[in-house]
Amino acid sequence: MKIVIVGCGRVGAALAESYDAAGHQVVILDISTRAFGRLAGTFRGSAVRGDGTDEDTLRRVGAENADVFLSLTEGDNRNVMAAQVAAEGLGAKRVIAKINDPVRAAAYAELGLTTLCRTTLLADAVSAHLGLPVSGQSGIRASSGSHAGHGHELHQMYQGGSGETNGETGAAAGDTTSREA
Amino acid sequence: MFILVVGGGKVGYYLAKELIENGHEVVIMEKDRSRADQITDELGSIVISADGCEGTSLGKAGCARADIVAAVTGDDEDNLVICQMAKHHFDVPRTIARVNNPKNEELFRHLGVDELASPTRMILGTIEQDIPVQELLHLATLGEGRLELIEAHLQADSPAVGRTPSQLAIPDGCALFGVIRGGVAVPLAPDMALRESDKVIAIGNKACERALHRLLIGATGTEGEAGA
Repeated sequence: MKIVIVGCGRVGAALAESYDAAGHQVVILDISTRAFGRLAGTFRGSAVRGDGTDEDTLRRVGAENADVFLSLTEGDNRNVMAAQVAAEGLGAKRVIAKINDPVRAAAYAELGLTTLCRTTLLADAVSAHLGLPVSGQSGIRASSGSHAGHGHELHQMYQGGSGETNGETGAAAGDTTSREA
Repeated sequence: MFILVVGGGKVGYYLAKELIENGHEVVIMEKDRSRADQITDELGSIVISADGCEGTSLGKAGCARADIVAAVTGDDEDNLVICQMAKHHFDVPRTIARVNNPKNEELFRHLGVDELASPTRMILGTIEQDIPVQELLHLATLGEGRLELIEAHLQADSPAVGRTPSQLAIPDGCALFGVIRGGVAVPLAPDMALRESDKVIAIGNKACERALHRLLIGATGTEGEAGA
């Protein structure tokens, strides 16, 4: 599979490494080259400095017709825009945008993006661990609207994982997911 | 009308000011606290110091009853999200986004933003009207500054198109050397007809530049002379 990841933070880097190790074609972008220091020396994919919301940049790195496009920067809106460029302009098949604002995450799931909300994921993980009530919402929402609409499979793929794809534990969750993929 | 302006920079500020003078109800959302206070001092209590991209903040600012939402922050991605949230989550009838990167215009339209305002595009348009496309390019200065290496880009209306160098009245002190045609350099033979899009390479003294322009690009202004 061709997998494009925007944002080389802990989660982005961990997923890039594990998908690369699993034999997929991985391209990871970040606006800072320093971020690529998170990648292990064994990473064989391409790491490119560039703005993931810029269609020209995405085309240049070969993001067209990606099988998977993950938008995981620290900016909700950047993720939303990059994901929509990928889904609408570049024909990416499965697109996930990290949106930490739960209201925005829900709104964009309705609009057809598969969204990943760290706020909901972490809050529920903490409550579940403590045996306290959880929000009842899913931290990863499959697209239910009109964007590139294959989110559901990915949704199930993630649901099958540990449900913990964030922060310090990102690497572990990434490994789990790639084995299941 | 009730207009929600998101982004309290220069554009947002003057926009709100004009709208208020025209009798509209206006709320500005500006996440920078000190900038918000500054606008409040000048325009009154119409500023909400909150991030207009946050769903809950938009709700509190009265987005659901807005007739128009104008997203005029300096960041395209923020403006896109503000307009999409307004349109799809709060059913705002009309959304306007400021777009800085002209290449984002098509995407924004496609994603449902009603109106786009692109300062870059507007200024670009003005510049292109004022300055015609450079047809005679100075590539280098030769001969201790007395000679110019010039490239002439032939347009469809050039008097030289369809003619051979031997049919052209090439000014004294000037020589045509070759043509770049489709990215390939071709030596200029006396019987070779010039074509549209050819880039003719010439060397000449500064005095014959005007004559070269007439010959290869066409008359400027009211001059009727067209070479040959």
